[in-house]
This record gives sequence, structure tokens and C-alpha cells, in this order.
Amino acid sequence: MPSPRSLFDKVWETHSVRELPDGQTQLFIGLHLVHEVTSPQAFAMLEEMKLGVRYPQRTFATIDHIIPTDSQLRPLADDLAEEMMVALERNCREHDITLFDSASGRQGVVHVIGPELGLTQPAMTVACGDSHTSTHGAFGAIAFGIGTSQVRDVLATQCLAMEKPKLRRIEVSGKLEGGVYAKDVILHIIRQLGVKGGVGFAYEYAGPVIEAMTMEERLTVCNMSIEGGARVGYINPDEVAFDYLRGREYAPTGEAWDTAVDWWRSMASEPGAPCDDLVTIAGENIPPTVTWGIHPGQSAGVNEPIPNLSDVPDADRPAFAEALEFMGFRPGQPIAGTKIDVAFIGSCTNGRISDLREAARVAKTGKVADGVRTLVVPGSQSVAREAEAEGLDQVFRAAGFDWREPGCSMCLAMNPDKLQGREVSASSSNRNFKGRQGSPTGRTLLMSPAMVAAAALRGEVTDVREVL
Amino acid sequence: MASIVERVEGRACVLRGSDIDTDRIIPARFLRCVTFDGLGEHAFEDDREQAKGDHPLDDERFAGASILVVGENFGCGSSREHAPQSLQRFGFQAFVGASFAEIFAGNCTALGLPCITLEPNDLEALMDSVTLDPSQQVVVDLVARNLTYKGGSLPAGVRDGTRKALLEGTWNATRVLLEAGDSIDTRAATIPYVAGFGAA
Repeated sequence: MPSPRSLFDKVWETHSVRELPDGQTQLFIGLHLVHEVTSPQAFAMLEEMKLGVRYPQRTFATIDHIIPTDSQLRPLADDLAEEMMVALERNCREHDITLFDSASGRQGVVHVIGPELGLTQPAMTVACGDSHTSTHGAFGAIAFGIGTSQVRDVLATQCLAMEKPKLRRIEVSGKLEGGVYAKDVILHIIRQLGVKGGVGFAYEYAGPVIEAMTMEERLTVCNMSIEGGARVGYINPDEVAFDYLRGREYAPTGEAWDTAVDWWRSMASEPGAPCDDLVTIAGENIPPTVTWGIHPGQSAGVNEPIPNLSDVPDADRPAFAEALEFMGFRPGQPIAGTKIDVAFIGSCTNGRISDLREAARVAKTGKVADGVRTLVVPGSQSVAREAEAEGLDQVFRAAGFDWREPGCSMCLAMNPDKLQGREVSASSSNRNFKGRQGSPTGRTLLMSPAMVAAAALRGEVTDVREVL
Repeated sequence: MASIVERVEGRACVLRGSDIDTDRIIPARFLRCVTFDGLGEHAFEDDREQAKGDHPLDDERFAGASILVVGENFGCGSSREHAPQSLQRFGFQAFVGASFAEIFAGNCTALGLPCITLEPNDLEALMDSVTLDPSQQVVVDLVARNLTYKGGSLPAGVRDGTRKALLEGTWNATRVLLEAGDSIDTRAATIPYVAGFGAA
């Protein structure tokens, strides 16, 4: 009997071109996604080296970080943003790369459109100049966030030089309570394992809670792997993934579909496949989770207080003190009831149709509290169309939410959507770093989209289970 | 061929704190650009603004330093290469810390900038020593795998692959990857989805 193997090992071997002289692996990249922020310099380097794009049909581009969400009309009001957009359009044209721009009807956040177009498939290697590329691991792809020099490497060679990380299996057992979402699962995992716990590891998420998740929920979990330090996070492909992919624009069809499903099945981790570390987390113990600090590991259950200094290990105390000072919170203070100024629903973490449905279910129960600014930003044009067809935009508007056009919006504020001053934002995005949402002193509380909607209605952090 | 990086020698700057993310190193608004030129002056801009001159990058005693000494998990968060690009343009040629986020470290290697790690006690001793005497010479030696300062020589951690790439001048990976030639296409042809799953 051959010994059981993990998907990770099998994908690595299948894509390995050779071992490099420095001991790294030259890995073939099956899907390369490109956006306007991290690619212009890569194309310029390519030009400088007098190189072309080796597999232009394996690279797809879209525009997401800089695009305004009030109007996508050209030219963009921000000259710098317009310049970046023009550069991407020119680079795609010159190198025969498919660009999903606003006119295509398929524009959106790069990690939303890859899956929804069927570009991301099981057992692929995926790379993109964006740390949230781990999202695509939800299909059982091995997906790497890369820097601009590596974008150049992929454009020129369709390969990356990579050191193989170790594998940690994270099993989430049991089941989730009502009002607890995929976002809570990943925030809880990061809280348990820390923001640097995953450095040097690929994460394989498994167990009954993960297996019971829809594809979109799995995308949320894998998306934030990097917030736990793991560059790669994946879930073994199963019927949920195959059902999601069937019939999508770039998914295989006819006989090729059957061949594909057979291959995808054969690539999943086999029972008993070895891993370097195993962590088990009880699904029942995961509460709706909210961050109170300046990195995604600083979080608490919505009904728990912010820790006291005595609860914090010595080594973490300086970071704890820095976080509370920046946030203006006291040790031991409850997180529920914290007043918010802004509610942001969207991003590559939580900007998909199911996220909007869950948030709309909450929005339907009331009106946005006085003085709360809101942004509901669909992850893509396709998500926007679907939401509008279901009338979700009307639900949000009727409750007083601002319904926007697709883009990264206030997740990172490279566009006009920004916090002002010391505003506190309830956000369905992925990072609560200092200044992340556009104001150097702005404060971010990460939570699930349903929790953001609940916070918007009450004007303060609220346990969504009280509203539903 | 990229240049060979065997050692970085110069004065050091101490930046304490853990989990310093790339949004802090270079805030997103400065990513609205199509070249990396000019990023140096915006390194840590918001942190420096808030520190009102009391930030290590504005401390005259550290001016001209070529080695940045940091804490744990430095460079976590976004994959933006703009972060090491801005620090390089500010003047840093090497990073010494307790640990580094993976994408940041990879981006540094791709620019020929070594990231080396020290044991916690050694790092603390180095930070204290440089803070007391910022004029001292610090040497990061990749050949010997150590760091030398006033207090002596400390063993330095560096990934084997990274070290080799820097020592052999192969850290600009594109040329190395291209050397695989046709074997890239040969490998690709064996991957079922690249071959279209047998579809005509």
C-alpha cells in the first residue's frame, strides 16, 4: 500500500519543474491573477529585461483596489488612480492578457471574480500580487500571495521559486451555534494560534464544521490565512466545490468536466495523510467574534470583555498596551456596546452574495442608527447584479444603508472610501491595522457582515443573535 | 545576474515593537503609483507623524543607518513590495529581527536585502547596545552566518535557500527560472488542467 498523501504534497509535486540550485522548488503556476496596484512595476521590469509574457492565457486581470465605489466613470477623478488604470489597460493590451474591466460586466475584487468565473479550480497553483490570494485555497488550490518582483517572475516564466512550507491541519470539530459565521471561525482560529503562528506553514482546514460550509464560507476562512501568518490555506475539494464550479464560465465542460472531477478527487488529501502539526478547535466554543486591537489576533467573543493586563502573557504586553492606547479602550472593558461611526460591508473576505444576504436579513429588522455612515459594497459586478435581482439593494436602501459599486472600497482605502479622524468602523474586511481604513488614527473592529449590519442598526457593537 | 550579497556593514537603527505591518511601513495611499520611485520619503509616514519627531527613523543619532533592527513578525500583512522598496530607498540594506512575515521576507530576498534573525536575548542585547551607542559599526555576515557588533559576534538565522540566493547572486529569480527552458513547458503539458483535461 502506498502511504497516504496530502493534497499539498500532491499539488506541489505535480507542479514542480525542478529543484533550484539554492534548494528551492521551481513551481509552475496554473493561474495568475493581476490587478492595478502590484503589477505596473512588474511589467516595467519585464520590459527592461526585454522579456515577454510566457503564458498570457494563464493570466487574468481586473481593477479593484483603486476604483471608486460611487461612480466608475472615466476618467477617474483621482489622476494617480487613472494613471494606474491606464497602465493596466495598456499592459494587458500589449501582452494579450484578458482584462475584466467595468465595461466587461465581470469586474470585481480579484479574489471574488476568480472563483465566480470558474477560473480558480481544485489542485491548481494560483499566484497573485496580493496577500489575500490564499482565498483561492477554498477549492483545494495552493494559492500564494506574492510581491511585485515575483509577479515579474510569473509573467516571464509562469513559475515561482518557492521554499516548501510545512503543513498544519486545523480541524474544527462539532458544529457552529446559530449566529456564528465563517468569519467568526477564522477570527477565532487566529485568536487561538496568533498572527505569527502560521509563519512557515500551509494551513489545511478540515473537520465537520469546515466540511459543512458552503463554498463562499470556505472562501472567507481561507482568505484570512495570511492574517494568521500562513501564506497558504486550503480546504480539500469535495462535492461542494464541484457543485459550485459546474457551469461557470471557465470551468471544464462535457467529457473534460468528468475527467476534471476524477482528477480533483484523486488530488484531495487521503485519510491519514501526514502533516507536521495538528490543531483541533471545538466548533461549539466559537462565539461571534470582534477585534478590539490593531491586528486580527486581538479579538474577543462579543460578550467577553477586552482582556486585563494580567490575562496577557508577558511577551505580548507591550503590543497589548500599544493596541489599547491606539484604540482608546481600557483593559477589561466590554466590547459589546462600543459606539461606531461607520459600518462597512464588503471586501474579498465578505463581499459575496451570501454575505450580503446575511447582512440584509439583519438590515430588514430596523433602520441605520443616527450618525452612522454605511457602505455596502458588492464584491463584483456579478454579485451586484445578483443582489439587485433579489432586491437586496432595496432592503439595504430601505434600512438607510448606502448601496455602492463593486471594489475593494474601505478595506484598504486606496480609493475615496476612507475613515475620517478617529472614527470607529465596524468592518467585514480583514485587517484592523493602524491606519488601514484610510485615516492614520481611524479605528477598525473586524466582525462578520451580519454583525456589522447589527452594529449599524444599533449604533454600537451588538451580538447579532439579539437582532435575528 | 544580480550582484552577490555577502555582508552588509554600517550603522544600525532600532525600531522596537512586534507585528509591525506593511500598512504602517508604507500606508496604502502611497501605493497609488506606477513606479517605486519616491517611496523612500514616505516610509513609516503615519507612525512618524504621530510620533512627532520621536520616531527612530527621525532620530538623528540613527541617521544614515543601513541596518534596521526590529522585533517579531516584522512586515506582516499586505504583500506590497512597496514596503521593502520604501525601506531600501530610505537607506536600509539589511533587516535584523526576532522573526519576519513570510511574504515580506520573500520580497526582501527578491531585492537582494537580507533578513536575518537573532535569538531573543541576543536581539535584546543588540538593541540595547545600538541604542546606547548608535555610532558603532554593525556587520551582517551571510558567509559566516553571524552578526558582529560592539558586544561581540552573534549567531544569525537565515534560511538556507535565501542565503544561497544572496551569496550566489541569484536573488533576482527571473533569470534562474528562465534557465529551466523547455522543461517549463514539458512540465506544464503533464498537468491535466493545462492540457485542458483532454478536451480537443
